[in-house]
Amino acid sequence: MSGNKVVSEILRDYIYNSLEEGKRIDGRGYDEYRKVSIETNVIQSAEGSARVHIGNTDVLAGIKMTIGSPFPDTPNVGVMTTNAELIPMASPTFESGPPDAESIELSRVVDRGLREGHAVDMEKLCIKEGELVWIMFIDVHILDYDGNLFDAAALAAMAALASATVPASQFADQYPDYDLGEDFPMPINNYPIMSTFVKIKDVILVDPALDEETVADARLSVSTDPEGRVRAMQKGLNGGFSYAEIQDIVRKATEKGNELRDILMKSL
Amino acid sequence: MGMKMDIELIDKNGLRIDGRKPEELRPIKIEAGVLKRADGSAYVEWGKNKILAAVYGPREAHPRHLQKSNKAIVQVRYNMAPFSVGDRKRPGPDRRSVEISKITSEALEHVVMTELFPRSSIDVFIEVLQANAGTRCAGLTAASVALADAGIPMKDLVVGVASGKVDDVVVLDLGKEEDNYGQADVPMGYIPRTGEIVLLQMDGDMTQEELFKAMEMSMDAAKYIYGLQKEALRKRYEMIAREETEEIEGVQ
Repeated sequence: MSGNKVVSEILRDYIYNSLEEGKRIDGRGYDEYRKVSIETNVIQSAEGSARVHIGNTDVLAGIKMTIGSPFPDTPNVGVMTTNAELIPMASPTFESGPPDAESIELSRVVDRGLREGHAVDMEKLCIKEGELVWIMFIDVHILDYDGNLFDAAALAAMAALASATVPASQFADQYPDYDLGEDFPMPINNYPIMSTFVKIKDVILVDPALDEETVADARLSVSTDPEGRVRAMQKGLNGGFSYAEIQDIVRKATEKGNELRDILMKSL
Repeated sequence: MGMKMDIELIDKNGLRIDGRKPEELRPIKIEAGVLKRADGSAYVEWGKNKILAAVYGPREAHPRHLQKSNKAIVQVRYNMAPFSVGDRKRPGPDRRSVEISKITSEALEHVVMTELFPRSSIDVFIEVLQANAGTRCAGLTAASVALADAGIPMKDLVVGVASGKVDDVVVLDLGKEEDNYGQADVPMGYIPRTGEIVLLQMDGDMTQEELFKAMEMSMDAAKYIYGLQKEALRKRYEMIAREETEEIEGVQ
């Protein structure tokens, strides 16, 4: 997300010099997140919603559901679609218009973490095999951008899913030939959590703030589940990592994932 | 990763569905300089994948607002031909190809000496003519050969190679069925000489140990593919040298 930003040399030097002294510019430790807060059910018109702050980064995720046909190759599971919008109010560098590569990457990485982490039991979102399934839209709105959208968006999406109710009773009239049953809680199966690290010179930092992200050489996001299994990864930016650095990040991501998961569980 | 299926991906002898051993690549062929008009090009056959890469530039970056005052940008367009897959693919960029283009561009920007060409763009076109799992890695492998063929100053070649997990076995270079019905896929862009990882994705379900084993398998395989890339470029330059010698002899 460091797109076309002009980086002030002063800021760059300040970040580099601080790291040489072993410090981050906001005083955090290398392995320390900013304050993370999660609030669920903040939007009543959505089936589920969550607002997540990581420091000043502020994102809102909402779940909407409808009923439709399954994909022909997966007749017995529901459909999940994830979209993330970098709306212009969140940053002077975000522009309105069709989604650009940044937001497409963000959507797809968030989607991958939830899907591969089996966050939702998609088979329970099948109404009648081959005919009718629940279609779930996860929309993430970025409200205020101060870095690390991957973790904020993934966490908001997970929290919104976990707080969602499948609105079965609302659709009963529309589908009289099917037994939709009563409203039921979203069938959550697992809680995958994403943790993102950047490399600045030779230093690896978790949860980059915007200023850090802007000067970062490489980024790695790792989604892990409660058993510490790796479910999704995405490397970004044009720098490289050594194998040892990646091993280090994967191990730390598991640890950080557990910390964030504790905060998530407390918010539900 | 894909759906559960009653399909046996590893047989009782430990061999894979196409007869390969876990750490065995599909056959790979690389050729440099296959297109006349492009500044550089390469063709890669990787198992049943057939992939062309072409490079134009450095040239003025368009649109202008993309220009960087101190360096060139590397723009990548990864595209699948409509006939490259089973069900016709609708022409034009979809979300998957936008993402692949982005990460491929980031991987190549690491090796291209962009600081030599302010305000310009180096345009890389990756065209998947036939797809059979692993196209982003084959495309990255082809693209770095095409860049070198175009004479673009580079710090090194990037190798794309994937590994993953099928039937609880860590394997190299997933084939089509393994990609569809396997448990994890880890595409990687690697520079064997420096040991840098410039592209990395993963989806599926792996323990840390399995992931690290898969990455080590890819890094080993990358050394061999790197050799194929260099060999393709050497052949290309030998051919150019021969043509030039013949021309000079003709004049005399």
